[in-house]
Amino acid sequence: MAIINLALRSMWNRKLTASLTVIAIALSVTLLLGVEKVRNEARSSFANTISGTDLIVGARSGSVQLLLYSVFRIGNATNNISWQSYQEFAEHPKVKWTIPISLGDSHRGYRVMGTTDAYFEHYRYAKTHALEFSQGRAFDDVFETVLGAEVAEALGYQLGHEVVISHGLGNVGITQHKDKPFHVVGILKKTGTPLDRTVHVSLQAIEAIHLGWRGGTPRPSLKISTDQIRQLELQPKAITAFMVGLTSKISTFTVQRAINEYEEEALLAILPGVALQELWSMMSIAEQALLVISVFVVITGLIGMLTMILSSLNERRREMAILRSVGARPIHIFGLLVSEAGLLAAIGVVVGVVLLYALLFVAQPILESQFGLHISITMLSNYDFSLLAIIIAAGFIVGLVPALRAYKYSLADGMTIRI
Amino acid sequence: MNQPTVIQIEKLRFHYPKAQHDVLDIENFSVAKGERIFIKGASGCGKSTLLSLLGGVNTPNSGRVSILDTSIGELKGSKRDHFRANHIGFIFQMFNLIPYLSMVENVILPCRFSKPRHAKAIARSETLEAEAIRLLQHLELKDEALLSRSVTELSIGQQQRVAAARALIGAPEVLIADEPTSSLDADARESFLKLLFNECSAAGTTLAFVSHDTSLEKLFDRSVALAEINKAAGVQG
Repeated sequence: MAIINLALRSMWNRKLTASLTVIAIALSVTLLLGVEKVRNEARSSFANTISGTDLIVGARSGSVQLLLYSVFRIGNATNNISWQSYQEFAEHPKVKWTIPISLGDSHRGYRVMGTTDAYFEHYRYAKTHALEFSQGRAFDDVFETVLGAEVAEALGYQLGHEVVISHGLGNVGITQHKDKPFHVVGILKKTGTPLDRTVHVSLQAIEAIHLGWRGGTPRPSLKISTDQIRQLELQPKAITAFMVGLTSKISTFTVQRAINEYEEEALLAILPGVALQELWSMMSIAEQALLVISVFVVITGLIGMLTMILSSLNERRREMAILRSVGARPIHIFGLLVSEAGLLAAIGVVVGVVLLYALLFVAQPILESQFGLHISITMLSNYDFSLLAIIIAAGFIVGLVPALRAYKYSLADGMTIRI
Repeated sequence: MNQPTVIQIEKLRFHYPKAQHDVLDIENFSVAKGERIFIKGASGCGKSTLLSLLGGVNTPNSGRVSILDTSIGELKGSKRDHFRANHIGFIFQMFNLIPYLSMVENVILPCRFSKPRHAKAIARSETLEAEAIRLLQHLELKDEALLSRSVTELSIGQQQRVAAARALIGAPEVLIADEPTSSLDADARESFLKLLFNECSAAGTTLAFVSHDTSLEKLFDRSVALAEINKAAGVQG
């Protein structure tokens, strides 16, 4: 106890270098825990994006690509699938429900997705959560739309507002479907998934806004009024992908094979869980690189501490000789330096954790709004605690180096160092 | 001498590991309990080496150095450290104090490393702090304002008195002083010694005082020239 007190007083005497060392360790701890936190949150929010869906079906391409555009709204489908093919499998005896989706348009940078009521009924995220409306209801009419929470918030839309959809995915729509505005009839509750950034309309609406368009450009001669459209039969000819729920999980592979071997059209059915895993393992290289970097930063912090203590040793030889003369044994000198290193590491860890939480409080709303990444502020996990324990233990171990040196000094110098 | 012997040196020979010649060769030398002995000698005659042997930092190549009938050369490393901490107080030439501790904390230090001295200090004044303040007051460091000041702000004379209080706390049997007055002026020297003597007699402490300054010699019970008892004198160590 006397030794720890002495170590603290001695460090206080060297406030500047000691506090710089603590800051270096604290920052490295904050980085390590922060990376760890973001990693975990990203992984779980990623895995929570879709659940309850047994198969996702799209035109034949890569399974990751299909997952990316159908669930994450990233990238584009290379091909659509025909309505006939969709109908074929929607009526398959083992299929309980399907959610057709049609992508390709956007509204001020947000993807527009055409779908049906089945989407609101069957889509699940975060294991069992169904979609809920914070305001309004599902679309009923062709020119009605339901917005994701973030779209509504970011663009300040409320029920009853008019939304114009542009063709293609550019933020500034070169060709906007201005002649056919949509009414906001519902806003979904926040889900923490790409769904929050999606504008939902009916499949018929997607057909409707493309009526009178040929080859992607509007033809004035083909201008049709919205009322005329309502009279028309808006049967979609193609969709981008569809999600499948089966009557029984056991038939998953049977149905998957049936879809993959479908002769009329080249289709691909994927298991969302497997594709998520595959996608995550691709991303985990970057994620692990980050972790490795932060581990190295921690090591750098500890080496900085070692440098600080070692360089202080020479000027502290007298201090140690005095301690020896008042009865401190070499083991006490050894303990003094080991506890100094350990204390610096421990204080660094505590400051680092405080800093982490301060940063989380500041960064949470920013991450949420800018990157759609929800970081919940929770207690440190057992894993985090074991990381911190390892850092403190490493601090003590690093302290052995100057401690051994001081131990040797104190044996050689005894009590008679005179400068 | 009817007082028991506290320091006893017999047939001591010592040389540093790589040196060829002995630094010390002392046939017989003893100091009685409560005696105040002045050991004089020019620098380089082996004074510091003698003190390191008395303190058990170095051990004799042959012969014995006994303190309180314990041959400290024969004690193992950590036992020797314990023995020194329990029975010997030291005052050095200068830079005796730990700069980041207060005056009182500096004085208390030996009690942190020695249970017997801790016990003796408590027996005397109930708390370590009270005993430290008592000793400091006896050494004429009474000013309350001084107590709270950083030890680095004290004058050299004040610092040496703090060091003396520290060497005396817990009443060790032996006090070894290595040129403690050499950085003080003449007046300060005598008053420092007077205070030191008072405290030594009050605690029955044996004082071995090493200095090259022969003007202080007359104040001591006995004076010994190291050159006279050391047969290896004149050989540079």
